[in-house]
Amino acid sequence: MRAASKKIVREAKPHKDLRKFVANMVYVGVLTNLLGIEMEPIKEALEFHFKGKANPVEFNLKVIQLAHQWADENLDLDLPWRIEPRELTKDFILVDGNTAGALGSIYGGVHFVSWYPITPATSLPETMLEYAPKLRVDPETGKRTYVIIQAEDELAAIGMVVGAGWGGLRAMTSTSGPGLSLMNEYASLAYFAEIPVVVWVIQRVGPSTGLPTRTAQGDINTTYRLGQGDTEHILLIPGTVGECFEFGWRALDLAEKYQTAVFVLSDLDLGKNQWMAEPFQYPDQPIERGKVLWEEDLEKIKEEWGRYRDLDGDYIPYRTVPGNRHPQAAYFARGTGHDEYANYSERPADWVNNLNRIKNKINSSRPDLPKPVILKKRGAKNALIAIGSTDAAVREALDYLKEDGIKLDYLRLRALPPAEEVLDFIRKHDRIYILDNNRDGQMHGILSLELPEKATDLVSLTHIDGLPITAEWIAEQILQEENH
Amino acid sequence: MAGKVNEIGLSKGDYKGRPSTLCLGCGHNAIVAQVIAACYELNIPPESVVKLSGIGCSSKAPTYFMERSFGFNGLHGRMPSLATGALFADTSLIGIGVSGDGDTASIGMGQFKHVTRRNLPMLYIVANNGVYGLTKGQFSATAEEGLALKKQGQNSYVPIDIVWEAIAGRASFVARSFSGDPQQLKALIMAGLHHKGIAVIDVISPCVTFNNQDDAFHSYTWGKSHEVALHELSFVPPVRAIKVQYAQGESLEVPLYDGTHIILKKLSQDYEPTDRARAMDMLEQANEKNELVTGLIYINPKQESLFDIYNLPETALNRLKPEQLRPSPESLEEINQMMY
Repeated sequence: MRAASKKIVREAKPHKDLRKFVANMVYVGVLTNLLGIEMEPIKEALEFHFKGKANPVEFNLKVIQLAHQWADENLDLDLPWRIEPRELTKDFILVDGNTAGALGSIYGGVHFVSWYPITPATSLPETMLEYAPKLRVDPETGKRTYVIIQAEDELAAIGMVVGAGWGGLRAMTSTSGPGLSLMNEYASLAYFAEIPVVVWVIQRVGPSTGLPTRTAQGDINTTYRLGQGDTEHILLIPGTVGECFEFGWRALDLAEKYQTAVFVLSDLDLGKNQWMAEPFQYPDQPIERGKVLWEEDLEKIKEEWGRYRDLDGDYIPYRTVPGNRHPQAAYFARGTGHDEYANYSERPADWVNNLNRIKNKINSSRPDLPKPVILKKRGAKNALIAIGSTDAAVREALDYLKEDGIKLDYLRLRALPPAEEVLDFIRKHDRIYILDNNRDGQMHGILSLELPEKATDLVSLTHIDGLPITAEWIAEQILQEENH
Repeated sequence: MAGKVNEIGLSKGDYKGRPSTLCLGCGHNAIVAQVIAACYELNIPPESVVKLSGIGCSSKAPTYFMERSFGFNGLHGRMPSLATGALFADTSLIGIGVSGDGDTASIGMGQFKHVTRRNLPMLYIVANNGVYGLTKGQFSATAEEGLALKKQGQNSYVPIDIVWEAIAGRASFVARSFSGDPQQLKALIMAGLHHKGIAVIDVISPCVTFNNQDDAFHSYTWGKSHEVALHELSFVPPVRAIKVQYAQGESLEVPLYDGTHIILKKLSQDYEPTDRARAMDMLEQANEKNELVTGLIYINPKQESLFDIYNLPETALNRLKPEQLRPSPESLEEINQMMY
C-alpha cells in the first residue's frame, strides 16, 4: 500500500514540495472506491477546503481519482458498508449547544454578560463575543447594545450580573460546577431580593474538580437549591441544540417576568459536542420585560406602590430600576429581611409573608415553563423519565426495547419545578424509571419529594463514568427490571 | 419663609436618609454628613445617584443619606462587582459606594483591586476603623501591628494600607482623610464625585465601641466587671465626635477613642499628586515615620474609564426598546445557512 501510494502520487505529478501533503488523498481515493462514495461531494469538499483555488483542488482530486482507480484494479474487498447521501438530515444544521445558547441569548436581547473561563462553559460567552459585534451593533451609529465583561472570578461574574439585573438589564453568566459553587451567595441574594438573572450551567463531572472534560448531570440538586435558607430556583433543562437556542431567549423572559434567577442546566455532551438539528427557530414571542415601572407609570399607578407589594395578587410585585428619576421610584435593595417597601425589617410577619410570597411566585411559574416532551406507546403501563442530553440514547433504547416486546411511555422533563403534566404522567403509570447521569439519582429524589405517594413506584436508574449514557446500557437496565 | 436651598431648589433635608443606627460618635456618621453636604453643594439630584455597599458597619451608611437615591446593600466584600453591573445600566448615574476595612481589605480585596484596575467611574469610600464592629471587635486587615484588643489579644500582622493598594491597583484617584476633619473630607468627596473614573477615599473613622482600654467605660472588661450593665453592652453613651483642624503641610497627633492615637500628615501645597511612583515613595516614607498621610495622594484625570472602552449608545442601556435588542429574522436565516 505504501509503495502503491508513492506510485500514485508520482503519477499525479505534483510540485515536489507538495508531494508529502497530497499523500493522504490516496486514502480518500481508496475509500471512495471501497465505500462507494460519489466523486461530486468530494470535489465540493475540496473546493470548500481550498476556498476554490483551482490548482490545489485539481491536484488533490487527481490523486483521489488515481487512487480510486488503483483500488478498483488491485483491491478485492467486499465491504458490508456503503456511504451514500440520504435526505434524513436535509436542511439540518450542525452545531453545539453552547453556540446555540449563546445565539439564543443574543436573540433574547441580553444586555449584559459577565463570565469567568471554565471548562466546558467557556465557549458560550466566547461565541457571544464572536456574534454580538455582528448582531447587536447599530449599523448607523456603530454603538453597541450589549456589554460583555470577563470577570476576575465567578464571585464577581455573578455579582456584576446581579447588579446589572437590578439595574434593569437583561443579564446572564455561564459556568460549570466549581464556578457554580462560588456563585452560591449572590444566587441566594438574587432569589431573595428578587433580581432577574440568567445562569447557564454546563455540567461536568464532580465532586470537586472532578473530570473537567467529561459529561454528567450531577449538579441538579446544587443548582435547584443554590443558596442559603429556603431557596428553590427555576431551572430550564434543554435536551437538544434547538432547545439551547430557544431556552436562551426564554430564560431571559422568565427571569424578568418572575424577577428571579433562572438557571439553564445543560451539560458537556450537549454543550460542547456537535449535533445535527433543525435550523434555529426565530422567537415566536415578543421580548418580555416583566413588571417595570418608569416615571410615567408611577404617575399613573393608583394603588400605593411598594417594591415588594403584591398589587395584582399574582405574587409578582412591580419594580423600578436605577435611572428612573421619579421622586417615588427609589428603594433600597438588600439581602437582609425587608418589608413590602424594601425597608429593613425583623418583624416575624414580614419575614413569613415575604418568603411565602416568593415561594408562591416560583410555584406559579410552573405552567409557564417549557412543557415536558411526551412520547406515548399504546398500552404501555410503565414509563421512563429522563432529562437533557440523554434524549438521543433514550430514544434508541426504546427502539431496542420494542424489539424485546417492552413498551414504555417516555417523558423528557424540561423544567423545574415540574409542570402539572409531569406529575400527572407519574400518577398515571405503574412503574416509572428515572434516568440520571449521576450517582445518587438526583432527579429521582426531586420527583420523589414532589409526589411522595408515588415515590415507591419510581425506580432510579443511575450511571456515571464521565461518558454519555448509552442506549445499550439503558435498554439492559430496563430489561433486567422488567423481567425481574 | 422658605428654608435655604441649593441651585436646583433642594434643601439639605432632601439629601437626608434614615436616622442612623450606628453608635453615637461613630466616625461613619461624620462621613455620612459630609456626603450629604457635598452632594447638596454640588447640586446633584438625589435621583441621579446610586448608593452601593457591602456588609459591615460601614455598609449600613448609605441608608443614612439620600433616601431618594436607589441603593443596594449587597454582599460582604462584593460591592465592586455589584456596582459594575448596576452602573452599566445607565452610565449617566453617579455611583457612591461605601465600604469598610474588612469589606475592602480582607474579604473584598480581590474585587477592590479589580475595580480599581478597571477604573469604574464611581466614588469608593472606605470607612476605615481597623476593627470589625458588627461582630463585636475583631482585628481587621488594616489594624496596626501590635494593637491589643481584649478578646483578640495582640495583632501580630502588619496592616494593609488601602491607599497603597489602590495606587498599585491603578486607581485613577486616591485620597485619604479623617472622619474628624469635615472640611478636608467634604472637599475630597466633592473632588471624587467630579472625577471621571474610580475615586477611592480611605477615611480613617474611629470606632467608639470596640475600645481596648480596660478602664475605659465602654470596653469589654468594663462591661464584664459591671454585670448590671452587661445587657447594655451595645449601648454606647454619647461621645463627642473627634474633630480636628490643621493646616496643609502640618502634622497632627490625634487621640482615638481606643486610647491610641494616629499622626496625620496633611500633604503640603506643593505636593504633586500626578506621579504614581512618587506617591508610593512618599507613602513608604510616611509609613516609616508612622504617619498617615491625608489629602489627595494620587490622581490621573485622563485615565481611560471602564465606560470609555465600551462604545455604548446615548440612551441608557436599560431604556433601550425591545426592538433595539432583538436582531432581525433575516439575520437568523443567515446564521442557519452558516451552521454546517
